[in-house]
Amino acid sequence: MAAVGPLARVARLGSSICRNHRLILNRSSQRRGIASCIDPAHGLTDEQKEFQKVAFDFAANEMAPHMAEWDQKEIFPVETMRKAAQLGFGGIYVQPDVGGSGLSRLDTSVIFEALSTGCVSTTAYISIHNMCAWMIDTFGNNEQREKFCPDLCSMEKFASYCLTEPGSGSDAASLLTSAQRKGDHYILNGSKAFISGGGDTDVYVVMCRTGSKGPKGISCVVVEKGTLGLSFGKKEQKVGWNSQPTRAVIFEDCAVPVTNRLGEEGQGFSIAMKGLNGGRINIASCSLGAAHACVQLARDHLLVRKQFGETLSNNQFLQFKLAEMATKLVASRLLVREAATALQENRSDAVSLCSMAKLFATDECFNICNQALQMHGGYGYLKDYAVQQFVRDIRVHQILEGTNEVMRMIISRNLLTES
Amino acid sequence: MSGRVLVGVKRVIDYAVKIRVKPDNTGVVTDGVKHSMNPFCEIAVEEAVKLKEKKLIKEVVAVSCGPQQAQETIRTALAMGADRGIHVEVAGKDYETLGPLQVSKILAALAKKEDAQLIILGKQAIDDDCNQTGQMTAALLDWPQGTFASEVSLEGDKVKVVREIDGGLETIKINTPAVVTADLRLNTPRYATLPNIMKAKKKKIANVKPADLGVDLTSRLEVLRVDEPPQRQAGMKGSTELSRRDS
Repeated sequence: MAAVGPLARVARLGSSICRNHRLILNRSSQRRGIASCIDPAHGLTDEQKEFQKVAFDFAANEMAPHMAEWDQKEIFPVETMRKAAQLGFGGIYVQPDVGGSGLSRLDTSVIFEALSTGCVSTTAYISIHNMCAWMIDTFGNNEQREKFCPDLCSMEKFASYCLTEPGSGSDAASLLTSAQRKGDHYILNGSKAFISGGGDTDVYVVMCRTGSKGPKGISCVVVEKGTLGLSFGKKEQKVGWNSQPTRAVIFEDCAVPVTNRLGEEGQGFSIAMKGLNGGRINIASCSLGAAHACVQLARDHLLVRKQFGETLSNNQFLQFKLAEMATKLVASRLLVREAATALQENRSDAVSLCSMAKLFATDECFNICNQALQMHGGYGYLKDYAVQQFVRDIRVHQILEGTNEVMRMIISRNLLTES
Repeated sequence: MSGRVLVGVKRVIDYAVKIRVKPDNTGVVTDGVKHSMNPFCEIAVEEAVKLKEKKLIKEVVAVSCGPQQAQETIRTALAMGADRGIHVEVAGKDYETLGPLQVSKILAALAKKEDAQLIILGKQAIDDDCNQTGQMTAALLDWPQGTFASEVSLEGDKVKVVREIDGGLETIKINTPAVVTADLRLNTPRYATLPNIMKAKKKKIANVKPADLGVDLTSRLEVLRVDEPPQRQAGMKGSTELSRRDS
């Protein structure tokens, strides 16, 4: 076998040794999708492969080297995200006339999957930011689109999605935050829980009650940071997703101009759910990226680690385990990409497919990452190795943007409703 | 002066791939292996695009020689900011024996045809490490050359090149038209942006055959055998008496 690892790669660049920010040894080049049956480039158009390449390069050079530090020090990497926005990642499926990239849901899924191999937590936040920008782009009037979208697409300003409350998680339609109309303002009272980016972001897309009980009484308003009556809870300490702050968002007689309402009164819940359909594909895509990176890491570890006189890669149980992981990864990827296509084409099965994709991919990918950790043995449990961070970071994907239990509710409802 | 810069880009096996030698020892495995633009060619494209952004030159033309897949590499150059591409079709046996001599003949012919003011190439390709194409192209055109450039500046009808040489840095001033080859520290290539990738789709790639340029592709070299580097052997422990005698 030829000389393996860092030395070989350095030698291939001839006289040019380690261009430090480009040639990251050990960690990142192994996540570039080299092993062929799980190559995420299969089945993509040439243009999509170009998008994917940029995202992979960005993930390897700008994110992967810092992912451990961002997690450990709980750093919200504003500068890196702004660099990503300069490449067009701030508003991937937002229309170009307000600064977006105007790409499809499938393009978006491919991009987030690739970025996630560099840092799941940061990519997941970028996807939430994209979801908010899309909601304003799609349901806002021209003034609102022009006021908010360009800054969001460039990430001059950051956004947060505020639906969940201490008393309403899965039962989102029972939310209590009230918005009383007083002249040309809504007065908001209530609090939102677990808000990603809360306290550090500038634009809050808030679902609040303007009417009576149930989903039809909910409206969607955009609240800007600095508005009187807007405050934040303490920064939560989480198991993962540590490169994004999570806080409660509190409204105390917070006056929001009526001109900040997206769409009509009573349309808010529908806007929120439509945002989440795309959000679910994005989160599932982030899980795909993490699982892909972990399969690469596990594979490389099996080829190197020796026990009982040979490399672990000669052990049939581990070979079969790796094959199962690869199979589940490709199956998840196909379902997510199909859901993305269905959503783009506004197919009748789009909502169910998005739920199925989120349910399946987040569950399977967590298992893949967990298995990869197991294959690393004791080393998998050390923070020196990236695999544990992938496991911690994607665990929450089975919970947020609609728990996997709620996904089952949506799917069974589709199956059992008489039509 | 035309204000046109020709940039050569080569499609090579991606730097992160573990190279494997074919079982028949005739070459390395390329089927199904990830390929991308030679890193030094990326630096060359970046330099050309930078010159255009500074309005010192008017047009950047990306050239690649190879089979159909070479167009991917040209598209990457277009996504980085090149204006148009030229794909010189070389396939099959001709492609296997394509080397710096043939490529430099092609580039020389294109430079004359396109009335290029400057040719910027990567200093070498990471697959063959030849480090010859730039130098040969300059010789065929009888143009001055600034190789191993770590800094390039256009001053009127001259080019100032800071070269990385064994002894340190050498600064030369050469007349245009000229050939420059890019070294590692010349610049940091930009990422293609999503909008630029989409704009690149509309940019033109012209198809040219080597025969149209009057270039003969016959190789004067024959690869006899390709082998992996020898396995690293265990070292030997020297005796202490020997070392005392040597000091």
